Amino acid sequence: MELKQATAGTMESGDIMIQIAPCEKEGLNIDLQSSVAYQFGDQIRKVIVETLEGLGITRAEVHATDKGALDCTIRARVTAAAVRATGKDVWKD
Amino acid sequence: MSTLNERHTLAEQVAQAMGKSVYNNVEAHKDITPRLELQQKSPKLMTLEEAIRHSGLKDGMTISFHHHFRGGDKVVNMVVDKLAEMGFKNLHLAASSLQDVHEPLIEHIRNGVITEISTSGLRGELAKEISHGLMEKPVVFRSHGGRGEAIASGELHIDVAFLGASSSDPLGNACGYSRSENAKSICGSLGYALPDAHYADKVVILTDDLVPYPNTPNSISEHDVDYVVEVESVGDSSKIASGAIRDTKNPRDILLAQQAAKVIVNSGYFKNGFSIQTGSGGASLAAVKYIRQSMIDQDIKASFALGGITAHMVKMHEEGLIERLIDVQSFDKVAAESLKNDSKHKEVSACEYASMNEQGAATHYLDIVILSALEVDVNFNVNVLVGSDGIIRGAIGGHPDTAEDSALSIIVCPLLRGRIPCVVNEVTTLITPGRTVDVVVTEYGIAVNPARPEIAERLKAAGLKIVTLEELRDRALSVIGNPAPLPFGDKVVGVVMNRDGSVMDVIKNIVE
Repeated sequence: MELKQATAGTMESGDIMIQIAPCEKEGLNIDLQSSVAYQFGDQIRKVIVETLEGLGITRAEVHATDKGALDCTIRARVTAAAVRATGKDVWKD
Repeated sequence: MSTLNERHTLAEQVAQAMGKSVYNNVEAHKDITPRLELQQKSPKLMTLEEAIRHSGLKDGMTISFHHHFRGGDKVVNMVVDKLAEMGFKNLHLAASSLQDVHEPLIEHIRNGVITEISTSGLRGELAKEISHGLMEKPVVFRSHGGRGEAIASGELHIDVAFLGASSSDPLGNACGYSRSENAKSICGSLGYALPDAHYADKVVILTDDLVPYPNTPNSISEHDVDYVVEVESVGDSSKIASGAIRDTKNPRDILLAQQAAKVIVNSGYFKNGFSIQTGSGGASLAAVKYIRQSMIDQDIKASFALGGITAHMVKMHEEGLIERLIDVQSFDKVAAESLKNDSKHKEVSACEYASMNEQGAATHYLDIVILSALEVDVNFNVNVLVGSDGIIRGAIGGHPDTAEDSALSIIVCPLLRGRIPCVVNEVTTLITPGRTVDVVVTEYGIAVNPARPEIAERLKAAGLKIVTLEELRDRALSVIGNPAPLPFGDKVVGVVMNRDGSVMDVIKNIVE
């Protein structure tokens, strides 16, 4: 899927900022910075991957800056960033 | 006839029998310098380097500091920089607490200047590095009462204490405030410095306002002071009410404070003459604001407020709602000014505040304490020192002292901080044992220790929502999911001492 660079989310506590960009390499390359990395790093990665794959995105570079967001917030921010990156509005289309 | 000369031989005989010498009356006349000038030549007045040399400090010895300037402290970094420059090694730094501002200690630890630390808490980069195993020897953590007791008993022996003071005369009568117009700083109570001043082998006062003798009423007495060093600045007073003791505007903290106030008012301890303390942390500090109206409405006055004294408490004291203030540490400038000006606002040492072996320690006569927590577990155990990520990020303070000694201890904490749960199955580090904790207030309900069924009944009767800690834990997990276990290593980086001198828990290193 054709991607352009896009961002969603903020750096506020309880939120996550997702930046999506096209990627030379295969697969989803996720760079995660999280204030709760020890306890929830794997879970956050899992939610990001599942959300992107669910939207048909399998090749992208993702920078995630997490400030303790819950899974529902992570899904919402990843979806919003993906919509902006692909131009494909998953809510409307 | 009996003259002085005639009695001299007899005096010599008597002196010999007593093993004494005979008074020699031929010395020069006494010093007749006007005394205002003479005190400027006080043999105690010298530079920091001279004071360090005179003190006899050697490699491997113990130096101590107080933390009354909190985030604005300048003394620890100034003195340790100087000690490093003079080539000292293997020193034991025994501070009453350490803050973010003490990050430069990391280099001094790497260079072997500091090889041991005792403190109440650690924050910021220093805490992070130590949590990852920066030091060979584990940091020893004590409560404020526990530290006072350890110093008094000799368990924590201090060779040289370096104590910042906002005023001192050339003889060492020193205060945490200044009455002169040249005052540069103010920290109020010097409570945590008083055991050091009293028990250390040598005491160096560093002051940024050298005032004429006598600097009375004084907090530290010249009797305990060996050297007085004038410096540019001992601390930035504007940073005292920083970190854990800022005044909260967070709506959740305010909600917690209001709930805590309802617990107090309905606990059975809200009676004329009661006594109260609030610990650091936004919600606990704010709670006192919300019992004020109930005190007025029910015509109830407190006999004293203890501890970290805040502007709120000073205001209620001035309104006549709190008769006396007992202050081991002034939490803001208003409190510090009040300590200076109000004789019913008394300064106490850490020992008089919370030592378990001092009969008259104020905590023994404390009805209600409101405390914060990083974590509470289902057995009412509390952690205030180590974050849920395994990194040290707080201080024991007077938490276990006041929880144990008070008639009613109330912990206020939110259910979650971001994605981190505050009610957990087991605390990351045990600081305050559950048997000393009575009530836990969260925004999702109030848990009462099963050992206090009468409290639960009273709160229920007042319409408050009583829940179990297990319910709160499960509720937290249902929102955030299950946290992965922390990656602890095998090295012990911290030892938590109970106030009775026994080892309470150990802190292991975190590996990336």
